[in-house]
Amino acid sequence: MFKKMLLGAAMVGAALIGLQPAARAAESVEVLHWWTSGGEAAGLAVLKKTLGDQGVEWKDAPVAGGGGSGAMTTLKARMTAGNPPSASQMLGFAIQDWADAGALADLTPIATANHWDTAIPKAIQKFATFDGKWIAAPVNVHSTNWIWVSKAAMDKIGGPAPTTYDELIALMDKAKAAGIIPLAQGGQAWQEATLFDSIVLTTGGPGLYQKALIDLDPAALASPEMHTAFTRLAKIASYADKNFPGRDWNLATAMVIKGDALLQVMGDWAKGEFINAKKVPGTDFLCFRFPGTQGTVTFNADQFVFFKHGSSPLDAGSTKMATDIESPAFQSAFNVIKGSAPARTDVSDAAFDACGKKGMADLKEAVAKGTLLGSSAQGYGVPPAIQNAMADVITKEFEGQITADQAFAEFPKAIAAAK
Amino acid sequence: MSSSVIDPAVIPRMRARPRASLQDWLPRIVLAPSFAVILVFVYGFILWTVWLSFTHSRMMPVYALTGFDSYARLFAQPSWWMALKNIAIFGVLYVVICIALGLTLAILLDQKIRIEGVLRPIYLYPMAVSFIVTGTAWKWFLNPGTGLEKTMHDWGWTSFQFDWLVNADMAIYTIVIAGVWQATGFCMAMFLAGLRGIDGEILKAAQIDGASTYATYRRIVIPALRPVFLSAFIVLTHMAIKSYDLVIALTGGGPGNATELPSTFMYSYTFTRNQMSVGAASAVIMLMTVAAIIVPYLYSELRERRQ
Repeated sequence: MFKKMLLGAAMVGAALIGLQPAARAAESVEVLHWWTSGGEAAGLAVLKKTLGDQGVEWKDAPVAGGGGSGAMTTLKARMTAGNPPSASQMLGFAIQDWADAGALADLTPIATANHWDTAIPKAIQKFATFDGKWIAAPVNVHSTNWIWVSKAAMDKIGGPAPTTYDELIALMDKAKAAGIIPLAQGGQAWQEATLFDSIVLTTGGPGLYQKALIDLDPAALASPEMHTAFTRLAKIASYADKNFPGRDWNLATAMVIKGDALLQVMGDWAKGEFINAKKVPGTDFLCFRFPGTQGTVTFNADQFVFFKHGSSPLDAGSTKMATDIESPAFQSAFNVIKGSAPARTDVSDAAFDACGKKGMADLKEAVAKGTLLGSSAQGYGVPPAIQNAMADVITKEFEGQITADQAFAEFPKAIAAAK
Repeated sequence: MSSSVIDPAVIPRMRARPRASLQDWLPRIVLAPSFAVILVFVYGFILWTVWLSFTHSRMMPVYALTGFDSYARLFAQPSWWMALKNIAIFGVLYVVICIALGLTLAILLDQKIRIEGVLRPIYLYPMAVSFIVTGTAWKWFLNPGTGLEKTMHDWGWTSFQFDWLVNADMAIYTIVIAGVWQATGFCMAMFLAGLRGIDGEILKAAQIDGASTYATYRRIVIPALRPVFLSAFIVLTHMAIKSYDLVIALTGGGPGNATELPSTFMYSYTFTRNQMSVGAASAVIMLMTVAAIIVPYLYSELRERRQ
């Protein structure tokens, strides 16, 4: 009897699954993503509208949750059930893992026709291609080595824009003396790791960053510069107010917006918060590269991947979507809203604000100099297991559980344990 | 009508057979779907998790067995040891304080006081609130910048300090506070029901024999509540071990990893760190721990009751 019931349930299930491809017949794309908040949703609406104008129906499959961990869990479940969406937002190493699993559709014909090879920086291509084939369409380049400064607080303490680490410390000391919180810090591991990326970069330059945080070279990890970086991390942590543990990044940004705090070290998505609060770059807030890292850009690029559905070629809706994502018009319109730089470096910066223009110019400079580096804190330097193992140690030091010396000693061990 | 032709004496016999078999089968038929669902989704997935813990699964499940490697990796993680230490602190304090407070409140409420009907739901109400809400509310209340400490400072008591939430050494106790606040009322309700079930005659007899109130409770009432202790213990233990949302809402596992619990460890390793086999291994260890505590207790309690 149980057998019969199970059989019946299985048959109903099979019938339901069998129905789904039929529903897909019209030109449509089902897109899994986690862009649900303000600026992100507005940016995505541009893509929806562009596709709608071309007669492609957009089926939204949002799974909220920063960093997309919820969306990725959903994706795994849908993949295992054999029912992937048309496309999904995706980051870093996950793209390579899915490509390795043979799940991603080949976008090479679209890429060749639209010159993705020449327009998109090589450092990003490394993540968007697999075995010489394009498997992802990069939407933007976020860069993470920014500091966002309150103009009002800056005017009050009268400090010059810092260009070195020591000047940054001097500036924060001035703020402290003036009764302003020097550092608006969000107390979550990834935010502290993002800050640490910049500290390593300013301490040992792009060379050390590449060797220690991307290549995981044991000699570089044990170098005196890394020790200095951990010491500096503890020093900078002392400038945060004491209530930072657990704070979300946008609440830290709000402290800078209100002028309660002098500055925040955060990726350029923080700009969206300023813009939403009707603040103007240059008059209300300032954007600098993290002192000592001008000329280098640590990035985090949002991309879209498309899934294979059996052996059939990429359908018309998905083809249009991939083409639209890399069209200069969309790249400009989307990134103006999102706060990031276009993934194509041949897009005009006319529509962007001062910080956006600087971001695009810095990106070009970094591409030319070969200093466009993946952000380890954001999953573009090392795979997630190691990324989180690093963040574990960084956050323990930043929140006072271990000392800089202990963190320096524990860091390589944690990396080795996660490999 | 043809029915009138049938001999009335035959009818009961005709009905009796199908009815008897239907009565036999009805409970099984009704229970079958939930039985099948539980078999697959609880026990099936337990076995699946155990299997995965012996593989090298990272992002997606793979099924090639690789022995105890994941367990070795699991116990090499400092965060796992932190999680074990925290669940020991949290679990013991949560269960003991909830039971102690719940019992005390129940005994006090049982003194035939006038507005019991008003007080009971007040204590019970926190149970109706989800852990996310509890966690978020306590986060605001305990954060030195927004809650209790700031209020005290605003009222002029500037030396007041209560920064457990942002203090790595004390943060785990804020989770105990929030958890106890939520579950104590529930414990109280269970004990109150138990107290109401005690035969009044026995208590009167004790009174006549001259037993003090303290002795009555210690010798008669509390021993009589033994089954309630068992239920409370089992409910609270499993709630402590599966606490996830409370921690996520209250501290997010921080400061640093100071409030990491096995449940948050398991989720992050399985789903966000692409170390599924290590996550599965931690889940198996959690299951074995729960089984090691609850199975002997259940066994001894239930066997005694049968005798």
